[in-house]
Amino acid sequence: MNPAPSVIIFTVLSGMGFGYLALLATVHDYTGLAAFWHWFVGYALASIGLAASAFHLGNPSRAWRAFTQWRSSWLSREAWAAGLALLALAPVALSDWLQLGLPRVFGWPGAVLAVATLAATGMIYAQIRAVPRWHHWTVPALFLAFGAAGGCLLAGLRLPSLLALLVLGGMMALHWRVGDGAFARAGSTLGTATGLGGLGQLSVFEPAHTAGSYLLHEMIFVVGRRHVPRLRALALILGVALPFLCLLLLPGRYGPYAAVPLHMMGAFAQRWLFFAQAEHVVGLYYGKR
Amino acid sequence: MTCLPGKTERALGLVIDLDTCVGCQACVTACKGWNDQGYGVPLSDQNPYGSTPSGTFLNRVHSYQVQPEAAAPMIVNFPRSCLHCTDAPCVTVCPTGASYKRVEDGIVLVNEEACIGCGLCAWACPYGAREMDAAAGVMKKCTLCVDRIYNENLPEEDREPACVRTCPTGARHFGDLADPGSAVSQLVAARGGYDLMPEQGTRPVNKYLPPRKKDRPDQASLLAPLLDIQATGLAGWLDRVLGKI
Repeated sequence: MNPAPSVIIFTVLSGMGFGYLALLATVHDYTGLAAFWHWFVGYALASIGLAASAFHLGNPSRAWRAFTQWRSSWLSREAWAAGLALLALAPVALSDWLQLGLPRVFGWPGAVLAVATLAATGMIYAQIRAVPRWHHWTVPALFLAFGAAGGCLLAGLRLPSLLALLVLGGMMALHWRVGDGAFARAGSTLGTATGLGGLGQLSVFEPAHTAGSYLLHEMIFVVGRRHVPRLRALALILGVALPFLCLLLLPGRYGPYAAVPLHMMGAFAQRWLFFAQAEHVVGLYYGKR
Repeated sequence: MTCLPGKTERALGLVIDLDTCVGCQACVTACKGWNDQGYGVPLSDQNPYGSTPSGTFLNRVHSYQVQPEAAAPMIVNFPRSCLHCTDAPCVTVCPTGASYKRVEDGIVLVNEEACIGCGLCAWACPYGAREMDAAAGVMKKCTLCVDRIYNENLPEEDREPACVRTCPTGARHFGDLADPGSAVSQLVAARGGYDLMPEQGTRPVNKYLPPRKKDRPDQASLLAPLLDIQATGLAGWLDRVLGKI
């Protein structure tokens, strides 16, 4: 699949942002200007991500229509969860900043919605059967793990961060391991795609078109797969291992300060690979994966 | 609503005969020609006369080589377009309700006024039947020529999809696949019509007919009796006389 920058920026920033917002609403109790800046960072990450996702649309002016199909569509559910989370958390954020003393329990609905947003983002990909690498529960689990790790790091919670990073590393490895055999397990081949499999050995004789097309560009993106081992190593080292060491070795606040940018770079590497490595079954018709 | 209808009154679709298709691309051209000026925005081209031409098509024809174990290889031409699936995954993923399956005839359509161009439906389709129009930013797909098949301004013989109407070898058939008595259903039953990628669970309406078995070189030719030429008249008399000498 085509690793579109808008979608990569959206999922990485919003993932961290919503994870952070959920923690700000429940665990933390900053007050005054400190609260303002913490909430500002959370809201900024979540909203910059959501704004970036609009650049992916062919007709962004109609984006409001994405709220209409929550009964069937995960993308619509994600839009609702994200919008409601940002709304529900606003009173808590204002209370923290202006010291209005709203009880912490008011943060819980917004936190649940923020976590639901992360899960819905994962389900948008996991629901697509035509991309076998994505069609698995490890995908929403991975998005939740990224939200937890990014949120804990931003919140500067040392022990939860260490635990979340361990879980994230495990989920990444599991997602890759499950994903590598997913296409073969799905059972789609040029034989089933054309129904000619029983007649003999099949090969592409002539392509349907000689130049590019939307399908080739969007679904049969083969360029990004060349550096898979290096990108996986980068994602694990930058996203998990180095932030883990930073938290263990650096004193006080310096641990999270150093860990957050490293973790974010690792998240970008992982997300690029998440799209670039995902093979769509339509590639079979073109003799490509 | 992008929930799928539980049951459609009819299931209009195509039956494509891979035995007869010669890969002439006439259906591709006819489809582009009709749908460039009918339902929805035109099918745009990008850089059509340049070095990297591309464009939106609702129907594309591939060619595959089949190498049987003990026979000559053969070429199978393979038209690929929307299969108007019963369990269409492209419909349920749509966040805006632009993608829908009609209850009355099962045609899967895009309401282009409501399409935000997110591309998720094209991702969900295993068959590559949907292409985003690069000029309009909305999703295009086969409409089964919904603006032809019910169009009373057209002569009756033209009230079928443009690809079917134009096919010079009769490799494409149009009809109601929910009605077991329809011509297309009987054709599917007689020729062993099948679904593409059944493992994807989409339950396509369109069916494909497999290539018929080919003659083997070692089998007696159907033309053998015609090759035994018996001369008549003067030549026949000469033949008999000369044969006796």
